[in-house]
Amino acid sequence: MAVANEMGAITKAFSGFGVDEKSLITVLGKWHPEQTKSFRKASQFFIQDERLFERWIDKHVEQLKIEFLRFKSAVVLWTMHPWERDARLIKDAVIDGQKSTNVIVEIACTRSCDDLFGARKAYHSLFDRSIEEDVAYNTPGIERMLLIALVSSYRYEGPRFHEDSAKSEAKTLCTAIKDAGDKNPMDDQEVVRILSTRSKPHLKAVFKHYKEISGKNIDEDLVADSSLKHTVQCLSTPHTYFIKVLDAAMNPVADENTKEGLTRVLVTRADVDMKLIAEEYHKQNGVELAQKIEQMVKGNFKEFLLTLLARGDQLKK
Amino acid sequence: MGDDSGESGRDKGGDGSCGAMGGGGDWDVEGGGGWGTNEELIISILAHRNAAQRKSIRQTYAETYEEDLLKALDKELTNDFERVVKLWTLDPAERDAFLANEATKKWTSSNQVLVEIACARSPQELLLARQAYHAHFKKSLEEDVAHHTTGDFRKLLVPLVSSYRYDGDEVNMTLAKTEAKILHENILKKAYSHEDLIRILATRSKAQINATLNHYKNEFGQDINKDLKADPKDEFLAILRATVKCLTCPEKYFEKVLRLAINKRGTDEGGLTRVVVTRAEVDMQVIKEVFHRRNTVSLDHAIAKDTGGDYEKMLLALTGHDDA
Repeated sequence: MAVANEMGAITKAFSGFGVDEKSLITVLGKWHPEQTKSFRKASQFFIQDERLFERWIDKHVEQLKIEFLRFKSAVVLWTMHPWERDARLIKDAVIDGQKSTNVIVEIACTRSCDDLFGARKAYHSLFDRSIEEDVAYNTPGIERMLLIALVSSYRYEGPRFHEDSAKSEAKTLCTAIKDAGDKNPMDDQEVVRILSTRSKPHLKAVFKHYKEISGKNIDEDLVADSSLKHTVQCLSTPHTYFIKVLDAAMNPVADENTKEGLTRVLVTRADVDMKLIAEEYHKQNGVELAQKIEQMVKGNFKEFLLTLLARGDQLKK
Repeated sequence: MGDDSGESGRDKGGDGSCGAMGGGGDWDVEGGGGWGTNEELIISILAHRNAAQRKSIRQTYAETYEEDLLKALDKELTNDFERVVKLWTLDPAERDAFLANEATKKWTSSNQVLVEIACARSPQELLLARQAYHAHFKKSLEEDVAHHTTGDFRKLLVPLVSSYRYDGDEVNMTLAKTEAKILHENILKKAYSHEDLIRILATRSKAQINATLNHYKNEFGQDINKDLKADPKDEFLAILRATVKCLTCPEKYFEKVLRLAINKRGTDEGGLTRVVVTRAEVDMQVIKEVFHRRNTVSLDHAIAKDTGGDYEKMLLALTGHDDA
């Protein structure tokens, strides 16, 4: 029977990602009042009140609320029309400010031009404002120009592009990034123009020439994590970017904002490139993404994420 | 491609007298297929058709003669008349894409066509134009505008053509007050290309901008455009004023373009053709009223006086066109 095991299980059930509903039902549901009392006395989630009873620590209850809701949030997000989903994600990111600008970049750069435009339409309906006016209003200083341009883009999606322009634009980017000490490349009108208006096939050519000129991939030359780096990653190798988001989310010391990345990536990429992301994740981290999720996440939320992850294998493009 | 008229016209045929609806028979005999061109017929048929009908005509012509009507017209017609017929035959989204492309290729700082397209169209029409641009030019509109414009002009024009403004009536009055103040402060400092000024003009909905500018006038005593006249020779200020006008009172903006074009003042040579063609199905009647009030002669009279031949006839047929 090992009450200690059970206590450990319940403690675990209340920690990390999601909650282990089954354990909570089978263990907590059947404990005698004495056992529950022992649990309260020993648990870090409770504190001895001056009037001599053990009470829940409020912030743990708050955290529990979030963890119980993760499954609901994931399901609601998953069931949404992709346009509403992206519009809501952007709105939340706008409200969150600086720490969530990567979400705006992510959505602006990894969606197709029609899906991004769809998100703009949905935003009108949901919030009676345009994405660009909210992003413009709420993004301070140096990132504003780039972010507005990215969310407003309606990139050509055909394969044609000019090799010569691609070459010269690679040079422009290279110079701007090498001179980053003097002037932030995000402040450079040409950098913003190239990254926010050129088609993705064109940019592929630009990045290829960049590597030839610089010797390194463009995102390797951008050392610090910044909107510029995220932009470049999302435009060239989105799976690299998404793996970073997943890693950060499943880091034991991640804050709530970062943790939300797990739901967001799985829900938004399940039917797009999740299979590729999982494969690259395995290559990079030496462990299967499914395994990591199994380890870090609990309960219905875990089951849901694993099901989304498995879609990648079944879906025929 | 976007077609913003409801009926296809194919079976209904408008006023019934258009043989082209049925398959181009009359068209061919009298005015088409190596024609020797009967401009009268071209005018009488095309001028009085709405966008959906013109699209139908183009389709039928292509099926019958295995050639795009526009190519055929290109070979046969010349100059002003050709241009007005060509522009008119294009559907509105294609037309805007064509005009925008032209404007970027020979862009000068006095060119206001991009502002017109970005600001005087509805957000939906601008989207359709951007889609048409992809299809025809294999590039995005903002890509070309960014590439061909520089400095402050680029800072303003790219966001303008990329905008997808909220098109509802919701207005935030507190915001209107704050933003009127921001506009005023930047104007006082002569920071005309300040990012906040551009942000407000390029991203806010038309309703919100109207509220902001009304507040501006109440609070600071003048229309913003009067304050933006500080230097009459400054071309950036001219573009800013055009932006404001296209967003808030397009009919006044277009009246001015017509007036200057007809009197041959300024550098906008194609202005007369462009305005008549692009506004014929939109707000031409309103523009005519504004024109008459401002100039005491009617627009039709001024056009007749300033132009001749088939060009004049086509223009007059278009200005007399019913609003869609």
